[in-house]
Amino acid sequence: MADNVGQRFDRLPSTADERTVPGRATRRAVLEYFADRFGMPSETFESYTFWEKGAGKIWIYAGESPSPAELEALGMTCLRTRQEHWKPTTDFAQRFGRAADSCVITLDAEQATAFAAGEDQSLEWDGDWGYLIAAHDIAGGLEPIGVGLYLHGELRSMVPKGRQRTI
Amino acid sequence: MEPLERYRPLIDDFGAFQAACKRPLGIAARVNTIKADPDRTIEALRADGVGVEQADWHPTVLRLETDSPGSTWASFHGFVHTQEEVSSLPALVLDPSPGDRVFDACAAPGGKATQLAALVGDRGTVVANDNNLGRLSALRFNAERLGATALAVTHQDARNFSFNDLAFDEFDHALVDAPCSCEGTIRKNPTTLEEWTEDHVHSVAGIQKGILRRAVQATRPGGTVVYSTCTFAPEENEGVVDHVLAAESCELQAIDVDLESAPGVIEWQGTEYDPSLEQAIRLYPHHNDTGGFFVAKLEVRA
Repeated sequence: MADNVGQRFDRLPSTADERTVPGRATRRAVLEYFADRFGMPSETFESYTFWEKGAGKIWIYAGESPSPAELEALGMTCLRTRQEHWKPTTDFAQRFGRAADSCVITLDAEQATAFAAGEDQSLEWDGDWGYLIAAHDIAGGLEPIGVGLYLHGELRSMVPKGRQRTI
Repeated sequence: MEPLERYRPLIDDFGAFQAACKRPLGIAARVNTIKADPDRTIEALRADGVGVEQADWHPTVLRLETDSPGSTWASFHGFVHTQEEVSSLPALVLDPSPGDRVFDACAAPGGKATQLAALVGDRGTVVANDNNLGRLSALRFNAERLGATALAVTHQDARNFSFNDLAFDEFDHALVDAPCSCEGTIRKNPTTLEEWTEDHVHSVAGIQKGILRRAVQATRPGGTVVYSTCTFAPEENEGVVDHVLAAESCELQAIDVDLESAPGVIEWQGTEYDPSLEQAIRLYPHHNDTGGFFVAKLEVRA
């Protein structure tokens, strides 16, 4: 088995059979996670490749690249793995969250503004606990805002500090 | 303002030019079509109380009435990227197609690279390169907010750009939006000319020549290379392109855009440039009420 090299991009193996780096997520597991948790059809990601750089940080990329690749970035970060509960990024939720139909919590205007500012808030939710995609209605459609962590009647905004805005 | 006196012989209505340079610049933004189309973006901005006017020369270019364009849902969702109106021009002139391999030689902070990603339908490879790590982190932040998945970000000196880490060895198209003396940004940064020296103009022109030469070499025959700056100095504009026309196999192409502009200059302070440089365009602040800009479009020959 090989080591995970933190400073370069390695393409995810398709399945566990092809895995050479211990603990590395597989493409199949990533697609299953997005489908099982958020109801995102696997076809959404058909023309994308997934890469690991850093411990457990997964990137989604539409272009061409050899693997491994020593670059600054390939596409965008989408998922944090190598931890018990995988966690999608805010920017991934905004880019691909329209394809989700489960574990999506719809916020009203006031709740959405608080979420974008990074605030935690108490609210009712009948679905699964854990990471949710928060969304709101804007300009004629439901639009994903980011990722929240729902526990014990509270939605915690996971919007990173640098992305938080007072709107 | 004194350094701009040297351009008096080049500019038809120099009084209007000087007056425009003293006026502050309005806020403009580009619609990020990876996330939303212009209609939905305008609706979202208006819902946040922001006045919006669509530029008549391109539907993705918006003029905004607000002091804080970042505090809107349209910005939070990455529907818009705030950038000077004419900064949207070079990528539109380059006009890449879906699936293309595109090079952005001096890409940070990423406004044009993410626009290129949008223009290829976020379905090609846009190599966004810069030699400054700090500015690359701003590029990465913008790329993620705008949802650009087609970007591969590299940290190289563009003058010696190497394909070693890439899956191919030539680009279909390249953009060189070169570091420059920034004279054309005076409306945004009124102090920009305080550090101006003619020596700096000449030294940055040397760097620009190296970057544009490498970009032409890295592009396949038949491909397009766009060279742009936000400065007026012919040494950094026509002088750079003239040098590369002589050194590499490429030729000027006409630029078709519905903006008022002046042709590229072919004579400056006793130096003559290739007459085809008249096909380059100079956008002066009084032309379209924007910042100053220069754009040249080249086709690479076999």
